[in-house]
Amino acid sequence: MSATLPRTIIPFGPQHPVLPEPIHLELAVEDEKVVDVIPSVGFVHRGLERLVERKDYQEFVYVAERICGICSFIHGQTYCQAVEAIMKIEVPPRARYLRTIWGELSRLHSHLLWLGLLADSFGFESLFMHSWRIREKILDIIEATAGGRVIFGSCKIGGVRRDIGPDALRTMLRQLEEIERDMREIVDVFLNDGTVKQRLVGVGILSKQDAYSLGCVGPTSRASGVRQDMRQLGYAAFDEISVEPITRTEGDSHARCSVRCAELFQSVDIVRRAAAKIPDGEISVKVTGNPNGETIARTEQPRGEVAYYLKANGSKNLQRFRVRTPTFANLPALVKMLPGCTLADVPVVVLTIDPCISCTER
Amino acid sequence: MSYFGMSKLTLKSAFRRPVTRAYPFEPRRVIPESRGLLVFDKTDCIYCSVCRKKCPTAAIGTSRSQKKWTIDRLRCISCGYCVEACPKHCLRLSTDLGSPAVTKDREVY
Amino acid sequence: MNEEQSFPLIPVETLLSRVRELRDQGWRLVQIGAAAIGPAIEVTYSFDRENRLSNLRVSLPAEGQPRLPSIASVYACSFLYENEMHDLFGIQVDGMAVDFKGKFYHTTVPFPFAARKT
Repeated sequence: MSATLPRTIIPFGPQHPVLPEPIHLELAVEDEKVVDVIPSVGFVHRGLERLVERKDYQEFVYVAERICGICSFIHGQTYCQAVEAIMKIEVPPRARYLRTIWGELSRLHSHLLWLGLLADSFGFESLFMHSWRIREKILDIIEATAGGRVIFGSCKIGGVRRDIGPDALRTMLRQLEEIERDMREIVDVFLNDGTVKQRLVGVGILSKQDAYSLGCVGPTSRASGVRQDMRQLGYAAFDEISVEPITRTEGDSHARCSVRCAELFQSVDIVRRAAAKIPDGEISVKVTGNPNGETIARTEQPRGEVAYYLKANGSKNLQRFRVRTPTFANLPALVKMLPGCTLADVPVVVLTIDPCISCTER
Repeated sequence: MSYFGMSKLTLKSAFRRPVTRAYPFEPRRVIPESRGLLVFDKTDCIYCSVCRKKCPTAAIGTSRSQKKWTIDRLRCISCGYCVEACPKHCLRLSTDLGSPAVTKDREVY
Repeated sequence: MNEEQSFPLIPVETLLSRVRELRDQGWRLVQIGAAAIGPAIEVTYSFDRENRLSNLRVSLPAEGQPRLPSIASVYACSFLYENEMHDLFGIQVDGMAVDFKGKFYHTTVPFPFAARKT
């Protein structure tokens, strides 16, 4: 007998203890198994794209940095890169290395924040607190070099605004050694502990074909086997520091966790290589005139590939500023992964795509 | 597969002093490069208004005729744009944190 | 750092067949973005393969009701971009995979980014 079970519609979000930011999902559930899902966004839409018409293009770096609190430095860096590509400005090498170092520190703190939230989503509160304890040390390093804990304020068109002296670099490297030892302890729990594996292995499987055709980016697609990392494009200092994309083949939540854990250690390695090779020189060039032209700039944020489309027509304000953030590209994957999971696995799957909703609706 | 891998970390932190600071009794270690409150030194100011033009949030107000310099503390984001632009170096960012306020007034110098 | 990029303009009728060709060659959809430039709306489609970017551009007049065919039959993930274009710019897209019917973004002003007909 195959009578269809009755369906219930359960609204998940926008306020939910496990979500860092508001997203609404309508889950159609048949007896604890999710059958269909419809996402709904728009709760933090601030219309930042229209603000370009009021602020001149140099001041707009501050607005671009504040699109999101977690990935803020790389938003500012991509904006500056796009304007520098339109105006054909050459950024001095020391500034490119400094931007790389700050970008990788930003990736470290974002992944540690995500590891903490993932542990919280299946109830492992003490692991959550340990991840954030390590993140505090990274925020102290960032404050000592850039001035602010979350919003760095150090990128400007033509270079960077502050320098990191050789003493500060040595202190930073010493602190990173300690942080790396702490990180190895908690990563061991995430990847090998039996209870964690029971919640993550086999949950929310995304095949390689689906990941590519749905346009997924970042660790979500790398965990399914797609070898793509925008740092291979060679922006900032990445043309002299090569980066190998970290991939896994299983495509489930455990693989996505494992990719991000491995990226933690890769970022520490990149910071060490950049600090060893950093050349001396000036940190910015003077910028005059107005931009004229259009371009698309892409960089690798902690969550994936971000694409900035800028169009300028020779006046002080830009004509069009469009951001396509990685979570926006990963949302269709959520619609594909959730049918088939039980209701208790929905928070875990939603968190493994690393939703940053304030980036999604700027 | 291991089920008690976390116990080593938990035991270590059970017998160590807490990582969190007992805040009002133990002040925060001040990091010298952090960006905090804007400090204005009136002695060299020529009221050229470059700081007002450069401020991205319009927190600074100046008046050449009345020789006044005002700031709305709640709008200031401590970016440091005005510090770089001032020709007479009257402005600098200290490491103090602002105090909470109930009304939005402007400070007048 | 950035390679040279081109934005070739194609007529609206050839859009679906060009996009289908790109999908068969293995390109991945990066973004669909609209921009209101003067009296026209330009819609740019960007695709990526092996870290190289390729673009297509369609220009719609802002007079009347701008209409576009959906590429959901080729790329199923395009419904998010098309709903956003509809809610912000007022472009009518026929045949979206999931149609939110104007309720994707809740804004007090309908179609806030639409081309101003000055």
